[in-house]
Amino acid sequence: MNLKLKIWRQKGPKDNGKMVDYPISDISPDMSFLEMIDVLNDQLVEKGDEPVAFDHDCREGICGSCSMYINGEPHGPGRGITTCQLHMRSFNDGDTIHIEPWRAAPFPIIKDLVTDRSAFDRIIQAGGYISVNSGSPVDANAIPINKQNSDEAFDAATCIGCGACVAACKNASAMLFTSAKVSHLSLLPQGEVEAQKRVLAMVNQMDEEGFGNCTNTGACEVECPKGISLEHIARMNRQFLGAAISHSPEKGGGGGE
Amino acid sequence: MAATGLFLCIFLLGHLAGNLQLFLTDEAGKLQFNAYALFMTTFPAVKILSYLTYFSIVFHAVDGFLLTIQNRKARPTKYAYSRPDKNTNFAARNMAVLGSLILVFIVLHMRSFWYEMHWGELGTDAAGNRDLHTLVMTSFKNWWYTLIYVISMGVLGFHLWHGFQSGFQSLGLSHPRYSPIIKKTGYAFAVLIPLLFAVIPVYIYFFG
Ligand code: HEM
Ligand code: SF4
Ligand code: FES
Repeated sequence: MNLKLKIWRQKGPKDNGKMVDYPISDISPDMSFLEMIDVLNDQLVEKGDEPVAFDHDCREGICGSCSMYINGEPHGPGRGITTCQLHMRSFNDGDTIHIEPWRAAPFPIIKDLVTDRSAFDRIIQAGGYISVNSGSPVDANAIPINKQNSDEAFDAATCIGCGACVAACKNASAMLFTSAKVSHLSLLPQGEVEAQKRVLAMVNQMDEEGFGNCTNTGACEVECPKGISLEHIARMNRQFLGAAISHSPEKGGGGGE
Repeated sequence: MAATGLFLCIFLLGHLAGNLQLFLTDEAGKLQFNAYALFMTTFPAVKILSYLTYFSIVFHAVDGFLLTIQNRKARPTKYAYSRPDKNTNFAARNMAVLGSLILVFIVLHMRSFWYEMHWGELGTDAAGNRDLHTLVMTSFKNWWYTLIYVISMGVLGFHLWHGFQSGFQSLGLSHPRYSPIIKKTGYAFAVLIPLLFAVIPVYIYFFG
C-alpha cells in the first residue's frame, strides 16, 4: 500500500507545532498501525531526521498508552479498538491519513503525538481507591454480591485510562473515565463505604484539572475501546447529586473521647 | 441546566394547550382566547409560574453560555482534521447555537405578544377584554412573520431532540428499563410539540 501521512510534529511543549506530510510506500495491509509508524520512523532515522515520538507499551489493547487521533477520530476508524489494534487493512491504497495527538487543555503535548495524561492519575489519587486493608485473599464467594452489580462493576473496571473519551468529546470532558472509576468501586461492598466522599473528591479533581462539562453528546461511548457505557455517567451524576446534598464530612481523630 | 431545561419542556406543554385555542379564528374563538389571555396575565398562581418560567429562561441561557465558554477553554487548540459526525448527532453538537436562536426568537415573540398584551395599545372585544386575538390573527397574515415562527419551531425541535433525554441523563435518571422509554418519549416530544406549535400560524395564514 502507498499512503500519504499527515502527522502533527511538535518539538516540545512550547513549540507551536504543525502538520507535516510524509508519503510512505510498500506498507503491508497486515501491519498494525503502530508497525506502520515504526517503518516510517526507521526511514526517518536513516535519512537523519527526527523520528515521530508516540506513546506505546503493550501493543495488545490493555495499557491505553497508544493515543493517536487518526482521520478525525481517537484510535482511528473501527469500534472497540485502540491504535495498536488498528490494522492497515482498514485503509485503502492511496489514502491520506491524518494523525494528531489528543487535544485537551489538561493533556499538554510533550512532543509530537505524546501527551502528558497525569491529570487522570490525579483524579484517581483523589478518591479512586478503598482505604480498608483487604488482607489475605478471602474465599471468592464469601461476600454475596448480586450478579448485576458485579457485572457492571467489572465492565467499568475494564477502562484502561486511554483518554479517548476526552479526545473524542467536543468539550474535552473526562466524565466517562471518571464515572467508570466511580462505578467500579462504588458498586462493590468494599468500595461502597466511601462512595459519597469518593464521588465528590474525584469530580472536584476532574473539574480542577480543567476538563470540560459533559453535555451528553455520547461521543465518548462510541469511541471508547472498552465500550464503557453512558450508564456510568448517569450513575455518577446520581451519586454526585445525592452526596452533594447529604454528605457530612467525617470528624477528625477517631477513637477515644 | 437540566432542571431548567426540563421545566421549560413542561412550560411548552402548557403554552401549547393555550395556543391550540387559536384554531378558533371566529368571533366565539376571539372571546374565549381573550378571556384566557386575561386569566393568564392576572391569576396569581399562573403569575408564579410565569416568574418561574422567566427565571428558567434566563438561568438556562446564562448557564448554557458559561458552560459553552468553559468547554471551549478545555480544548484551546482545535484538531486540524476532525470527524465529529462519526460519533455524535447534529443536535448534540450544536446545542449552544440552537439555544441562542431560540433566545432570539423568544425576545421577538415576547415583544410581539407579551409586551403588547401588558403595555401595548390593544382594542377591546365584545366582552370588554383586551383583544390579543386580533393581534395574533393579523400578525400571522404576514408571510415572513409566519415563516420565522415556523423555522424557529424547527430549531426548537432540534434542541429538544438532544435536550430532552440529555436532561434526564444529567440528573442521573437512567435505568435499563426506563431509559429507552425516556429516549423515545423525547424524540416524539421534539417532533410533535414544535410541529403543533408551527401548524397554528400556518393555519391562521391560510384559513384565519
Ligand atoms: C423553550 C425553550 C427551551 C427548552 C425547552 C430547552 C430545553 C433544554 C434541555 C432539556 C436541555 C438539556 C439539559 C441537560 O442536558 O442538562 C437543554 C440544554 C441546553 N440549552 Fe436549552 N432549552 C430552551 C431554550 C434555550 C435557550 C434560550 C438557550 C440559550 C441561549 C439554550 C441553551 C442551551 C444549552 C447551551 C444547553 C446545553 C448543553 C447541551 O446539552 O449541549 N436553551 N435545553
Ligand atoms: S472510559 Fe474508555 S475511552 Fe475513556 S479512558 Fe477509559 S477506556 Fe479509555
Ligand atoms: S499500546 Fe497498549 S493499548 Fe495500545
